[in-house]
Amino acid sequence: MCPSHPAPESPNVLKNNTFVGWLMALPIMAVLMFFLVLPIIMIVIVSFWQATEFSIVPAFVWENYEFLFGSNVTYRVFLNTFKYAAITWAFTLGIGFTVAYFLAFHVRSLTWQIVLFLLCTIPFWTSNIIRMISWIPFLGRNGIANSTLISWGVIDAPLEWLLFSDFAVILAFVHLYTLFMVVPIFNTMMRIDKSLIEAARDAGASGAQILWNVIIPLTKPGIMIGTIFVVTLVMGDFITVRFMSGSQSANVGRLISNDIALLAYPSASATAVVLLLTVLIVIGILLRFVDIRKEL
Amino acid sequence: MTAQIKELELVSVTKRYGATVAVDAISHKFRPGGYACLLGPSGCGKSSTLRMIAGHEIVSDGTILLGGADISELPPAKRGTAMMFQNYALFPHLSVAENVAFSLKMRGVDKRERLAKAGEMLELVDLSVLSDRLPDQLSGGQQQRVALARALITRPQVLLLDEPLSALDPFLRIRMRGELRKLQRELGISFIHVTHGQDEALALADEIVVMNDAVIEQAGTAREVFNAPTTAFVAQFIGGHNVIALPDGHFAIRSDAIGIAAPDAGAMQGNILGVEYQGAHVSVSAMIAGDQEVSALVPEGDFFDNPLNPGDQVGLIWDPANLHKLTA
Repeated sequence: MCPSHPAPESPNVLKNNTFVGWLMALPIMAVLMFFLVLPIIMIVIVSFWQATEFSIVPAFVWENYEFLFGSNVTYRVFLNTFKYAAITWAFTLGIGFTVAYFLAFHVRSLTWQIVLFLLCTIPFWTSNIIRMISWIPFLGRNGIANSTLISWGVIDAPLEWLLFSDFAVILAFVHLYTLFMVVPIFNTMMRIDKSLIEAARDAGASGAQILWNVIIPLTKPGIMIGTIFVVTLVMGDFITVRFMSGSQSANVGRLISNDIALLAYPSASATAVVLLLTVLIVIGILLRFVDIRKEL
Repeated sequence: MTAQIKELELVSVTKRYGATVAVDAISHKFRPGGYACLLGPSGCGKSSTLRMIAGHEIVSDGTILLGGADISELPPAKRGTAMMFQNYALFPHLSVAENVAFSLKMRGVDKRERLAKAGEMLELVDLSVLSDRLPDQLSGGQQQRVALARALITRPQVLLLDEPLSALDPFLRIRMRGELRKLQRELGISFIHVTHGQDEALALADEIVVMNDAVIEQAGTAREVFNAPTTAFVAQFIGGHNVIALPDGHFAIRSDAIGIAAPDAGAMQGNILGVEYQGAHVSVSAMIAGDQEVSALVPEGDFFDNPLNPGDQVGLIWDPANLHKLTA
């Protein structure tokens, strides 16, 4: 844990661990500074600017925020965003945990684990948008799902809620983001010492008891990392909601993208800042529950 | 506390992994309430044997009997055995007390009662003060005691220990083996301890079962096995022996039963290869007829009364009663 420090009186500056450490961190710090911190600062600055129908004026006014918090739409859209995040989280967690559990504990040989894991990633060789759009012919009024169900006699008329609905949005989210849950959970599960499971069995634990008392507690950090991925991705998304709801539902991402389309950059920036803070608060709350440092 | 110690018996127990046979039809009766060591090189089948007794490996063929009842099909917790794992396998997310109480929790014992029981077990292994710590915060020796307490809380008839001392440093290893022995005497239950260290087996065991190539080579008390090895493998593995081919067969003889005399006085002539000072003894290795290397342990005082150097011709003497004929 404690790195041994060289003699402090060493005259050579390169022997100073602190200095060398900072030096080695410099490239990534420069990259993050330029591509992450600087743009965020820009957004924060722009969010205080003033906008009229035809111009954007550098200023320091709160009117973008006042408008945002004064509008009923904002609250409904944020609530909708949370709803998507929560439902998507529940499904990706359920599916992701099951898949990871199967891979980690039921597939015995490492070769098969790798093969099946790669199989999970194959859909990711195509773009998000293509994978999303490919649902449209499947779910549409005369799509494969409806025509199959009709030919089986399960339904008489096409189901209208399959496409361009919250169902379609969440289906697409789950499809797109389950792997982000599988990977960290699988990773944590692979680090669980198999002899712990034998020890639990030796102590008389049933399969369900092992799952509840040993595997789930030890997988919590992986679950938390997956949760952070899924929640941030869903909360920041706008294209999935637009395509899959047929522009009938909105989330915060769409609010921002609409503002940008109208060149209302200050308003878009203010919404973005509020969204960023919201997501950070959510992550902050999540991290209070589980210590993920061991996984990093 | 345990009314009657049950006898553990293996009846032609076999373990096959595909085409390879890890344990080949071994039969053995362990002495009830004794400390038994399964001794052998890695890959000899000793761990598979232990894991079959514990119920963590399925027996391919044969039967395991405890007190006359067939336990080979029972789940691990129903057998009356408990296992202590090589790396202790403590649950990293549970405190010491909760680790020890784990099997009671699985049986649905309520929290206060199971923590009280765990406290008693921790007292037995002298760890009461650390009951709130997490396993990560303990030293290797302390972790081992927690594992021991966790295995013993179910009051097993047989405690199975899979190389329990191999993760400890040499100093601690010697101390812990003393504690294991003491605990076994106090509890009066059977311990079966897997090890590849012959010194560990000799120091601990009432009964040593030497395994090699999936079969039992020899079983007996520590003195029997050390003083009268029946096969060349046992003689070599247990250490301190020479295996010599003589006109009427192969024999084992303890190194300290060989003396050194004048070149023409001994039972055999030898040419000294090396001399190694070992403190109380000096180990003298010599080449005898038939290109066989023999080592003799000579008491330090005797050696320096008449020092020898590599290349010297000597005679080796021994009492024929100390020669043990080997069957294989």
